[in-house]
Amino acid sequence: MALTHDEVLAGLAELVTDETGIDASEVQMEKSFTDDLDIDSISMMTIVVNAEEKFGVTIPDDEVKNLKTVADAVNFIVAGQE
Amino acid sequence: MTKRIVVTGIGATSALGGTAPENWTNLLAGQSGTRTLAHEWIEKYQIPVHFAAEAIVRPEEVLPRHEAKRLDPSTQFALIAAREAWEDAGAPDVAPERLGVDWATGIGGVWTLLDAWDTLREKGPRRVMPLTVPMLMPNAGAGNLSLHFNAKAYARTVVSACASSTESIANAYEHLQDGLADVVIAGGAESAIHPITMASFASAQALSRRNDDPATASRPGAIDRDGFVMGEGGAALVLETEEHAAARGAKIYAYVVGGGVTADSYHITGNDPEGAGAARAVEAALAQAGASPDEVAHINAHATSTPVGDPNEYEALKRVFGDRIDEIPVSATKASTGHLLGGTGALEAVYTILALRDRVAPPTINMTEPDPAVPFKLSTSPQPLGDGELLAISNSFGFGGHNAVVAFRSA
Repeated sequence: MALTHDEVLAGLAELVTDETGIDASEVQMEKSFTDDLDIDSISMMTIVVNAEEKFGVTIPDDEVKNLKTVADAVNFIVAGQE
Repeated sequence: MTKRIVVTGIGATSALGGTAPENWTNLLAGQSGTRTLAHEWIEKYQIPVHFAAEAIVRPEEVLPRHEAKRLDPSTQFALIAAREAWEDAGAPDVAPERLGVDWATGIGGVWTLLDAWDTLREKGPRRVMPLTVPMLMPNAGAGNLSLHFNAKAYARTVVSACASSTESIANAYEHLQDGLADVVIAGGAESAIHPITMASFASAQALSRRNDDPATASRPGAIDRDGFVMGEGGAALVLETEEHAAARGAKIYAYVVGGGVTADSYHITGNDPEGAGAARAVEAALAQAGASPDEVAHINAHATSTPVGDPNEYEALKRVFGDRIDEIPVSATKASTGHLLGGTGALEAVYTILALRDRVAPPTINMTEPDPAVPFKLSTSPQPLGDGELLAISNSFGFGGHNAVVAFRSA
């Protein structure tokens, strides 16, 4: 069964916390991964790979640069589940 | 002109304790850090040696998870030991361009490398984490310490097996003498209690097989010693010019007064049985210290508890000290800590510094009957070192024919 946007956000926040130590409550839809959360490209790739496994989706390398905000990633993952 | 170089901070994490003071207390109390391993891989891969001296405080108990997962365990130990030393030194206020790092490891990120190999085979290349290479590289310790402490003078790495972190301290001494920095974080760390290294050292007949009595397995100088015990952990020193330390009113543990680094060119794993290379390393350290062998009041020996290595070290030291070697209080602390490989020299440097401070040679446990071929003055209880200015050396020798010795004077 596909997860909702809120469920994906919660799961993604866990991955961000695990990788960076950023508090999960900081991982909000409008936040930019680089500008607001200060996540570097290597951490971003680690989060992406972990998200692929956690949510059972594929996030192509070319797509990662388009995932600027948390909402971009959540929306991509929700769409990818369908 | 020769500068005076001082030790202003120490840190250590090993099987004897998670801090330098805990290490020292437990070492003086004659404790053994060696225990039977609980890992399933011992049985799964039929590793013939079932014990080691694992660090008693696990890095995950100290470091936040997100910090730990970006570092190989060897670098986790490096960061823990260096943070302790830095705080102990009073977090010196030094320009980043005048702070250097001389770090060491013998093996580097063996856990990261082999975990990634498992991941690649089981899950494919996509699952191999992007930090794999920067975690496994042998300079990960130096690089991460540079980052953490904002050290920009330099961040150098020594890799010379079991001599590594004595060599890194000798290098730090020279770098401070050469004016490359005013303050240096020096030391080494290792986390290699891994089935591959255990299997390899066991195949080489280098490890003790005393599975029924692990706590007494490391017994340097004893007639029935049968090999070394794998240890792990890290240790760090904060070294600085006396001028810099005095200007900030820092406490001083001891002086670093010289280092000697030589090579045997004899055999890739065996020491030169005549000990010429090791003796030259001792002589070089004493020459740099402007000291004669007669001044040496204490030796922390390499003494790994292998049948061949211990008498070779005795022969080497006899070349330098003559018959007086039998009277100098020697400590073989791997009896308690196991062998930290690339971290061992720094840990033993910490012990040597504390021996000078407290004027006592720490005990060498597990002595059953002294081997007449290794008649070092070892004692199962602390040996007093006497009054006045004291000079001590710490020896490390490594696969590859590396010999490293560092000399300290009491403060």
